[in-house]
Amino acid sequence: MLAVTLAAVVATAGCGEPSERSLTATDGAARGDLRIVAVTHGVSANPFWSVVINGLDDAARDMGVAVEYQAPNTFDMVAMSELIDAAVASRPDGLVVSVPDPDALGGAIRAAVDAGVPVVTINSGEVASASLGALAHVGQAEYDAGFGGGERLAQAGVHRVLCVNQEVGNAALDTRCQGLQDALAGHEVTSSVLAVELADPEDTRQRVAGALSADPTIDGMLTLGTTGAEPALAALRDLGRVGAVRLGTFDLSTQVLEAIRDGEIDFAIDQQQYLQGYLPVVLLTLYLETGTVPGGGQAIPTGPGFVTIETAQQVMDLTRRGLR
Amino acid sequence: MSGRAARVLARPEAAAAVGAVLIWVLFAGLAGPPFRSMAGTASYLNAAAPLGILGVGVALLMIGGEFDLSVGSIVGVSGMSVMLLTTEVGWSVWPAIFATVLLCLLIGFLNGLTVVRTQLPSFIVTLATLFILRGLTIAAARGFTRRTQLGGLDDVAGYDLASYAFGSAPFAGLRVSIAWWLGTAALATWVLLRTPWGNWIFAAGGQAEAARNVGVRVGRVKIGLFMTTAFCACLVGILQAVRFTGADALRGQLQEFYAIIAVVIGGTLLTGGYGSVVGAVFGALIFGMVRQGIVMAGVEADWFQVVLGGMLLLAVFVNRYALVRAQRAS
Repeated sequence: MLAVTLAAVVATAGCGEPSERSLTATDGAARGDLRIVAVTHGVSANPFWSVVINGLDDAARDMGVAVEYQAPNTFDMVAMSELIDAAVASRPDGLVVSVPDPDALGGAIRAAVDAGVPVVTINSGEVASASLGALAHVGQAEYDAGFGGGERLAQAGVHRVLCVNQEVGNAALDTRCQGLQDALAGHEVTSSVLAVELADPEDTRQRVAGALSADPTIDGMLTLGTTGAEPALAALRDLGRVGAVRLGTFDLSTQVLEAIRDGEIDFAIDQQQYLQGYLPVVLLTLYLETGTVPGGGQAIPTGPGFVTIETAQQVMDLTRRGLR
Repeated sequence: MSGRAARVLARPEAAAAVGAVLIWVLFAGLAGPPFRSMAGTASYLNAAAPLGILGVGVALLMIGGEFDLSVGSIVGVSGMSVMLLTTEVGWSVWPAIFATVLLCLLIGFLNGLTVVRTQLPSFIVTLATLFILRGLTIAAARGFTRRTQLGGLDDVAGYDLASYAFGSAPFAGLRVSIAWWLGTAALATWVLLRTPWGNWIFAAGGQAEAARNVGVRVGRVKIGLFMTTAFCACLVGILQAVRFTGADALRGQLQEFYAIIAVVIGGTLLTGGYGSVVGAVFGALIFGMVRQGIVMAGVEADWFQVVLGGMLLLAVFVNRYALVRAQRAS
């Protein structure tokens, strides 16, 4: 014990390499007692969230801390707030939460903060995060992602773009279309929003085909999710305009990645949710040890990352390993 | 064993009461001090309360020989109705709550009337209602607002008093919903055990034909039970809308099954004519303790469903055993 303490003292004094190794050893012992609970709205059977969970688990192993994952069985904000209550009652050292509905979850999250539990929000809740008392938010900046998509389409030389939105009224998705529109406006490209049904791919295909036929000047599309991308691509195939209409999308699926590899879709905007699992564990561990928070509580963007024909194959391999 | 003790153990809720104690001891050991703390206790009682309120209605209905699979959807309907009437139509909170209760009672009445008139199994009729109501809730929310999550109830006139009645946590983190739970359970138990209505409910569920012959209006009893169940679901929807200052069209999903599970764990038979509201209270309590205790014990929530299914099976075995013994005794 004395040796370890001595080594730590030497290390803080800033001498040579051997002592640095000793410092990590002392920290490892303390870290083993740290317990972080993650409560999200993503059931662990969901392919998107299983990647987040892999990020949490890998970070737990790499940091040497304990991480537990909790989520309600269905999209149920009442049950989720109760899970947060239970997690807080168990006095964890840190809490990771997603905030799809700040009205419903705000009370439970504030109670966690009041109980002295450091909180990092992930995925959704970028706007509410700071006001709820969270240390940091780790997620995709939706406006920037839409803007980035717009820049890519503009570089591809489009003149008129459709933003295909499967959930009009969902603030995050509307923000993506706004970012797209603003980016394109900078290149004097016009854009408009086409509302489609999330749950009805056949209807989506018809509406996209209808919009493209009604306005032949449309030569670019950005779909806001794979539920829009797959029918939109089908519509382009029907009309024989694959490639003539440049297509980008949010999010990844096997079909989307194959289409990118084959050159049918130009790019996919990836929110790299592995980071939404991995980074909060690192942030909380470092905060607990050193009191540091990067960016002074600003949102830490995990996306947009862009998957293109060059990287599609590599991403497909990583998807199989649950890392993308 | 004295006759009194034997009578207590022969009650339908006996196994659930013993089970609740065992589950408490189990998690007090597994999760340690957090589970025994005030915050932990509040956490599982708060989680049990809404399910407990649903359980009160569902227990009465199942004793009366019917099922209601639409309770989860009614939770969704009522929360959304309060939100649309206030934030979209512009009413203040209390008229909206009053109108919402009437709407729920109407839904319960229609459920009951359809079952009684058509003689179809209530399982099928209310399965249809489950989907119809959920779909209507989502469609109405999107139709009026283009959203399925509505917030801002705390800005509506009358919210402060409603918050006190439905959304407050007056004592050490314990929510007022617990008082509603125990209050409705006490009232239902009194009706069931101390009034003629109670006899009619047992009779309607046990031997409907014989009950009819001695003049019990079985149809009316059943319609009343469907309305009671809908009212309980309505209360849960209102409690949640007020507490979370908003509603979500998906709220209440799967609650119909959780309520039936709580009632069955509480010793009520699926065949009707036998059961207790007190048992359903213990059933909901067990549900809440397991649900929250698993989190406090640091077990991943995936296991909750496994434990839930296991407890249901166990409860059915115990109930069967108790029933066989009771029949042999009589």
